[in-house]
Amino acid sequence: MTALLTIIVLVFILVAIWQMVKIFDLAQAKNENTGVATDKDNTMNGYLMMGFLAFIYVITIVCFVKWGDLPLMSNSASAHGPTIDNLMVISMVIIFIVQTITQFLLHYFAFKYKGEKGKKALFFADNNKLEAIWTIIPVIVLAGLIIYGLSTWINIMGVDESDDPLVVELYAQQFNWKARYGGADNTLGKANVRLIDIDRANILGLDEADPNAQDDVITTELHLPVGKPVLFKMRSQDVLHSAYMPHFRAQMNCVPGMITQFGFTPTVTTADMRETPQMKEKVKKINDIRVENSKPLLAKGEEPLEPYTFDYLLICNKICGKSHYNMQMKIVVETQEEYDAWIKEQKAFKNSLIN
Amino acid sequence: MSAHADTHAHDDDHGHHHKETFVTKYIFSQDHKMIAKQYLITGTIMGVIGVLMSMMFRMQIAWPEEPNVLFEALLGKWAPDGVMDADIYLALVTIHGTIMVFFVLTAGLSGTFSNLLIPLQIGARDMASGFLNMVSYWLFFLSSIIMVISLFVEAGPAAAGWTIYPPLSALPMAQGGSGMGMTLWLVSMAIFIASSLLGSLNYIVTVINLRTKGMSMTRLPLTIWAFFVTAIIGVVSFPVLLSAALLLIMDRSFGTSFFLSDIFIQGEVLHYQGGSPVLFEHLFWFLGHPEVYIVILPAMGLVSEIMASNSRKPIFGYRAMIASILAIAFLSTIVWGHHMFVSGMNPFLGSVFTFTTLLIAIPSAVKAFNWITTLWKGNLQMNPAMLFSIGFVSTFITGGLTGIILGDSALDINVHDTYFVVAHFHLVMGISALYGMFAGIYHWYPKMFGKMLNKNLGYIHFWITAICAYGVFFPMHFIGMAGLPRRYYTNSNFPLFDDLANVNVIITIFALIGGVVQIVYLYNFFVSIFFGKKAPQNPWKSTTLEWTAPVEHMHGNWPGEIPHVHRWAYDYSKPGHDVDFVPQNVPLKEGEEELQH
Ligand code: HEM
Ligand SMILES: [Cu+2]
Ligand SMILES: [Cu+2]
Repeated sequence: MTALLTIIVLVFILVAIWQMVKIFDLAQAKNENTGVATDKDNTMNGYLMMGFLAFIYVITIVCFVKWGDLPLMSNSASAHGPTIDNLMVISMVIIFIVQTITQFLLHYFAFKYKGEKGKKALFFADNNKLEAIWTIIPVIVLAGLIIYGLSTWINIMGVDESDDPLVVELYAQQFNWKARYGGADNTLGKANVRLIDIDRANILGLDEADPNAQDDVITTELHLPVGKPVLFKMRSQDVLHSAYMPHFRAQMNCVPGMITQFGFTPTVTTADMRETPQMKEKVKKINDIRVENSKPLLAKGEEPLEPYTFDYLLICNKICGKSHYNMQMKIVVETQEEYDAWIKEQKAFKNSLIN
Repeated sequence: MSAHADTHAHDDDHGHHHKETFVTKYIFSQDHKMIAKQYLITGTIMGVIGVLMSMMFRMQIAWPEEPNVLFEALLGKWAPDGVMDADIYLALVTIHGTIMVFFVLTAGLSGTFSNLLIPLQIGARDMASGFLNMVSYWLFFLSSIIMVISLFVEAGPAAAGWTIYPPLSALPMAQGGSGMGMTLWLVSMAIFIASSLLGSLNYIVTVINLRTKGMSMTRLPLTIWAFFVTAIIGVVSFPVLLSAALLLIMDRSFGTSFFLSDIFIQGEVLHYQGGSPVLFEHLFWFLGHPEVYIVILPAMGLVSEIMASNSRKPIFGYRAMIASILAIAFLSTIVWGHHMFVSGMNPFLGSVFTFTTLLIAIPSAVKAFNWITTLWKGNLQMNPAMLFSIGFVSTFITGGLTGIILGDSALDINVHDTYFVVAHFHLVMGISALYGMFAGIYHWYPKMFGKMLNKNLGYIHFWITAICAYGVFFPMHFIGMAGLPRRYYTNSNFPLFDDLANVNVIITIFALIGGVVQIVYLYNFFVSIFFGKKAPQNPWKSTTLEWTAPVEHMHGNWPGEIPHVHRWAYDYSKPGHDVDFVPQNVPLKEGEEELQH
């Protein structure tokens, strides 16, 4: 229905354009439309350039005001998160300044120097000093960004085995996720997709003979104790996937045939995150929308949408096939005690096999 | 020195009359001007297909899983009851990307204007090899046909994204589109690459060998520099994509394991062992990144030329412009890893690529500043081509700046493969190059067809397109920064993103208007061929050689001798002359200095 309406509106727009052209052409019938801009065209388009500059500024402001709470620049839930956010804010500020100034100059010049008959342009072909300036300024700014960026990157990607991280495997397949914990020894057993035995419920291909594998725990929810470093080992059984955990500023591809890794320390429990003012506001906004969207469903006698409660998510961020758009796993960050209690409830690998 | 010894023999040749039939004139033509038009028309048709696809998948994103009469009509079995299927959504995204990047913005843009302008602007009778040029076009045509045919494959067209990463693209059981559809995609692209290589070699040889007397490299218009360097990048990087495609074909059809290893899918273990999908990513982006410059450099060349001509001023910093083209060309071959920061490659490599990637922002910035300065104190003629050129600089800046975020590996972790990337590359490459192409068409239409385009339609076309381009791609940054992944058929499974649904509706509305408005352009383009005002020889009062050739096309471009060149291409408003432009073939006055910068 909406689509049909849109199409109708588009047709109307076309008709409107058509009429505009006719009016243009009629207005110019006398001084003949040669296809080359006249002074009148120059003036009109010069003003439109200023209008367009205003449009760019307005759309920028509107976007920042309406959608600029930027959940990815504040409210991170991992130890390294704030450093990324900081770098992001600095980069955004620099970009914002450069954008505002250069767009102004471009459109303002287009307006200011719009052509007139008989005027002569300045023959200005070169100026080494100017060019040196605008080569050196970007060099300095970028050097700063490169140094800051690289040190951040090295900090994030460097895995420090000495702080004894919790090792968790993230296992991807079309179209779901599994997590595997090392059990009491915190060591993942050997695994290869060639060892998968669906009949025996060995779905991740663990090596049944490996002693380290016996106490491994396979789950469909990812639970993490707060404040403890986690080292993820990613595996995929079929195609590329990407383990994207935006709230933790974390992402790594899952590549069949190799093990990739990414480590971080979660800093805010799910429960605490739900209580932050930003999150409360966001959840309320979303629930208002969901109530609104439920109305037509209710009118049709269908179930309304479920209310939303916040959860961290692991989502797939590499095109992986038909249901790529729905490949997610819930992440629960909790206190060490809650985590211990939860993991105790899970079945160890050796007990989960069907004989 | 550059006037070739055999130009003379060639000159004589044109004394005789070649018998031309309809077929040799319009179909198997070896004339560069006709081939340029063939590229343009084919590119336009592919462009229409690509735009239609984008309008369809944008409607799906805005109104997910809603029945739509358009889908029912255009997608047939892929839209039962008018509801778009998830597989075809991915196929549309994939083919849209492929068509736009390769068929429209590479072949359509570079093929049209390199062919049209290289001989005309350097003062040559034709390309070095008219025959290879013709073969190049027909290979492109063939690859277009195969790509279009692939849309009608039973199991669906290729749907693994335009980057066709294996294993998804390698395994028919992973996705319907990875069967016959992907085979045709690969065959089409292999032929496309062959076409592109033939074209590029021809451009390179022509620029090196066939320049007219006096046309030294430092007197070349920036268009030619851009086409020349683009062709070199193409020759260096396209073969790598060809080998990637061939290895992928082997993995798919002959059981090799270049890119595949340890795969369990649909209940069975496949035999592949020892390959790596990451290797494919390296090969793909070794072309893929230079490819984006293959797309943008010609547009930059066109825009530089059009800006100078319409500002009635020399392009500012001619030498710096050439130097930055060369720097971009060099750097563009060593930054590909910025597409792979989270691919699992060694993080140290990530550091190296961050470094090289941010370096490339420097020559890009120099170019932007030089364009802006070119406008300063000009006498700007606001022809549609000029508007599109200014628009080009605007979107290139907006889109290029976000590259600074993406190029920073630490930041890319969180925005990789989100809509932020989609916004970045559409502005910096998609829209910018499209503007460059439109600017070129509006500017050289009189040269191509001997007719003028209607400027009022041009103004309407530009302004509505410009508003829609920002309306579509500016808000897109924000849904990307909110963490919304690209290539999702619908976001309704993530209540987390519910508050972004209205942004997607706004974007789609802009996209639909922007798409429909192109009809104004198409109308202008096709109607003016027949009913346009007859073009004068030099409608924009430009200095370059193509405007010294007669309006009526002829084999060999100039009757009689080829003009000789006495100055650079940018003597606009030069002091000491009464007119505000001095064509390149006008000898220096006595005592006049050739301001060579
Ligand atoms: C200032 C210079 C630029 C920088 C630093 C830069 C950086 C990047 C980075 C890091 C990515 C990868 C993002 C990701 O996938 O996570 C990217 C994507 C892309 N960039 Fe740029 N870029 C710049 C300019 C350009 C230009 C000039 C073009 C085209 C003319 C371009 C076209 C693209 C395209 C097509 C993609 C997306 C490919 C895909 O994933 O489908 N970029 N850019
Ligand atoms: Cu996926
Ligand atoms: Cu790139």
